[in-house]
Amino acid sequence: MSSPTVLFDIPGPRARRRHRIGTFVGGLVVLALIGLALWRLGSNGQLDPARWAVLFDPNSGVPQAFGNALVNTLQVAAVAMVAATLLGALLAVGRLSDHRWMRTPVTLVIEFFRAVPLLILILFCLLYLPTIGLEIDPFGALALGLTLYNMAVLAEIFRAGILSVDRGQREAASALGMRKYQVMTLVLLPQAVRRMLPVLIAQLVVLLKDSSLGFIVGYFELLRQARSLVEFFNFKFGDIYTFQLYVAAALIYIGINLVLSWLARAIERRTRRNKKAAATPPAELPADVQMGGGGGLVPHV
Amino acid sequence: MSFLADNFDLLRDAFLTTLSLAVLSGIFALVLGTLLTAMRVSPVKPLRAAATFYVEVFRNTPLTVVFFFLAFGIVEIDLQFPSRFITAVAALSLYTAAFVSEALRSGINSVPPGQAEAARALGLDFRQTLTTIVLPQAFRTVVPPLGNVWIALAKNTSIAAGFAVTELAAALVRLSNQNADQLLTVFLAIVAAYLVITLPSAWLIGVIERRTAIIR
Repeated sequence: MSSPTVLFDIPGPRARRRHRIGTFVGGLVVLALIGLALWRLGSNGQLDPARWAVLFDPNSGVPQAFGNALVNTLQVAAVAMVAATLLGALLAVGRLSDHRWMRTPVTLVIEFFRAVPLLILILFCLLYLPTIGLEIDPFGALALGLTLYNMAVLAEIFRAGILSVDRGQREAASALGMRKYQVMTLVLLPQAVRRMLPVLIAQLVVLLKDSSLGFIVGYFELLRQARSLVEFFNFKFGDIYTFQLYVAAALIYIGINLVLSWLARAIERRTRRNKKAAATPPAELPADVQMGGGGGLVPHV
Repeated sequence: MSFLADNFDLLRDAFLTTLSLAVLSGIFALVLGTLLTAMRVSPVKPLRAAATFYVEVFRNTPLTVVFFFLAFGIVEIDLQFPSRFITAVAALSLYTAAFVSEALRSGINSVPPGQAEAARALGLDFRQTLTTIVLPQAFRTVVPPLGNVWIALAKNTSIAAGFAVTELAAALVRLSNQNADQLLTVFLAIVAAYLVITLPSAWLIGVIERRTAIIR
């Protein structure tokens, strides 16, 4: 249903008046909510410019601290994303293998890591691995946990991408005498990756969101940094910058992710215009995968 | 095994907390998500804009940040939830509602426009088109995505552990602090407890999907 107008007649004068009244009332409700929030903030003195200035004042050390935390966040996300992409591609190929001894264990691995909550995986890396002699810091645990679960999610995404390449491509490659690994690496994967690029970037948004679990396991990413800044400032000046610091941390997350989402959409539009990759189904992450934490268990399509 | 039996009370309470977190948040998220979807397809522009804004913001915010704000942020503006459990339910519902709305919208979009056009051509009005043609088909395509959102929600309840709700992940941390030698057993038990929620859900969704499937 591309447009909702197919559902009803083009509005006549009376319907248009109803819509205008609805627009007016709806606008009032939205404005009232915004006003209520501002009043609530104002009456608690949270809108005082001096309280917000601390965020941009280099002497307070806040911009530097957030800068470092942002680098930490991006670092763990980058490591996990690269590792998860490589392992995910391997697992996807493994799951599409013709041999059962390959397919079955790979499928089990993928399903297991999709079924376990991400936080439990990270805690497992952090708490259990040291007891068997593998020293691991919060960064390692977070990166490893994120890698393991994203690899399973990405494997499913890659598999869908490989299967979505037209069957004729594989058949033609086989008819030319290519071996199975050649068909996969020279013909199927390049086309699949091209189609999956927007989805990969969208998955990066999910991964960045999940990196905030570092807060719970004690890794100094944005949230944990905000918390420790608050503790520091509360000790020195009392409880006056708390709200501002939290809002700043949240806005940094939202800002990066909005830019990435926008990038994913822009690339998708470009791919759609490209004739070689034309007629691809719209590449969008399913709602449950966007939620992070590994998403659901029921196969998509 | 005797170790698990010794801590049976803690594990059972934690499991029930996780389950009730998931169920309550699921219900609230479904209600709020449906409301948001209705706003997003409505002809009233401010409502449409407000709902789109809500979904965009929550899609790009980590769930941990939502928890964080409801637990530590809103105290600063003199608001507070009566208990930690309710804070967790609120955070999970607000976050999940955005994704319920996404799933529902993609379900409605998946009904081919020809269906609604044919209904209109047959003389059905707006209400009839929606209730007898579009929504029944949309509901069927929406079963797997909504089910997956439910499973993801059940797994996401683990984040409440970071905010002082004693559910399964928190029980895991508590037990592992006391009994370093039994760590693997504890992990297996906790993972099994999550699987008890997610695997039957996945199976049930599969059954409903097959029952309601339509060939296009």
